[in-house]
Amino acid sequence: MDWLQLLVFPAIRALILIFVLLTGFAYLTWYERKLLARFQVRYGPNRAGKFGLLQPAADAVKAFFKEEIIPNHVDKPVYLLAPALALVPALIIWAVIPIAKGTPAIADVNIGFLWILAVAGIESYGIILAGWSSNNNYSLLGALRSSAQMVSYELPLGLFLVSILMLAGSFSLVDLVEGSRQWWEWIWLWLAFPFFFICILAETNRSPFDLPETENELVAGFQTEYGGMKFALFFIAEYVNMISTSAIMATLFFGGWKGPFAEQYIWLGPVYLLIKVLILLFLFIWVRASIGRPRYDQLMKFCWQFMLPLGLVYVSISAVLAVFLK
Amino acid sequence: MSWSLLFFLLVGAVSLAAALGVVTSRQPVHSALFLLTNFATLAVLYITLDAQFLAAAQVIVYAGGIVILILFVIMLIGGDTNDFSAAQRAWSRTVGMALGIILLLVISYSALSRMMAPSEDTAALLQGGTPEAVGIELFTKYILPFELVALLLLVALIGALVLGRQQEGASEGIPSVKANE
Repeated sequence: MDWLQLLVFPAIRALILIFVLLTGFAYLTWYERKLLARFQVRYGPNRAGKFGLLQPAADAVKAFFKEEIIPNHVDKPVYLLAPALALVPALIIWAVIPIAKGTPAIADVNIGFLWILAVAGIESYGIILAGWSSNNNYSLLGALRSSAQMVSYELPLGLFLVSILMLAGSFSLVDLVEGSRQWWEWIWLWLAFPFFFICILAETNRSPFDLPETENELVAGFQTEYGGMKFALFFIAEYVNMISTSAIMATLFFGGWKGPFAEQYIWLGPVYLLIKVLILLFLFIWVRASIGRPRYDQLMKFCWQFMLPLGLVYVSISAVLAVFLK
Repeated sequence: MSWSLLFFLLVGAVSLAAALGVVTSRQPVHSALFLLTNFATLAVLYITLDAQFLAAAQVIVYAGGIVILILFVIMLIGGDTNDFSAAQRAWSRTVGMALGIILLLVISYSALSRMMAPSEDTAALLQGGTPEAVGIELFTKYILPFELVALLLLVALIGALVLGRQQEGASEGIPSVKANE
């Protein structure tokens, strides 16, 4: 029965998780288009199905029936590998996120925080390799921008994660959510949330930090040479990344699955987590609808001259708090 | 043959194949990707040895930092710089081989001597992989080496800063000299 516990159950869980996330991705595109339409005072998708609810299905069918084109000038193995490498980190980061009382999505490991840092570190490979293998100047520029941007913003992100970790006193995200926090801890945590969110925007290449794919200067950036299903994979990766990072932020800053009666009725946990994730996703889309894109050098300057020092200050004050007040 | 041994052999084979790929492939980016595969399989092996912290650090530092920097540099310089002269090539091959043989000797010596005298308590060793255990060891027993490494990194950081500044000053200096003339 050992292998059943070790292999089969996690595999089933992983399959369910992937199914849920991909469905979530499909409806996130619908959610985003509807919301953007609202922000811009228009209707958004409303032809396929009621309220346009079948629009994601129509889009999926369209992507599947696109002709598979591989340009001659690309580095073929890397070109084909890149979209998959873009999607995988967005999915596996879920492994350590707790979805209900005592229940992580896949595994309760004592390196939950490090897992997040590690996955954030490998997230940029898909984009870098896509840009390089496309053998196209626009793609390469997009890839260089994205790698520099993601590596830079990883530093303040890591510093904020370390601060949260120090105050929580455990590497496990399951313990983090279940442990109790004092009121000043919550306030101190929420002070960091806007800055953490900015780092996440840069890490996920979301607007206003979508400089790797700025259409007015780089065509479509790293994904210029991709079409059909391979382009769809990058698209999926970006949106699944939004869902995953929202779940992480909900877990770190807003109590994850916690909510009224979630301790008694286990099934309420995922529901609360879903509600929190939806609110955070709204935030992503809200920012996209309201803020323009900065210049690339402004983006980098902001990271190195503001976010990084701020992160260092935050870490040191958190350390003092963790030692003297806990 | 137990499952864990089979797993080890599989992952080890992938790891070795990737290591071979690093040195045999002609395309620098492919080499970097093979290196990445090698680091990833090493991380998997660390997990099977209950060294979770080491595995995570391996991925964060090597996969998340160093290989990305390597890729970055390759892209900036251009991937197809295969323009070493023949003499340079021969020279680097000898030095590489010599270093490789020395490394092989050192590793086999330490492995063999460990095998001859298995004095350490394996149960205690297996507890050593958690972040807590590593942290306690680092900040008590190995505090001096730890601080020295921190100092070394600081020196490297300042060195990089100085080098970068000099270049900037030089490029600014040339027009000003011309202006004086």
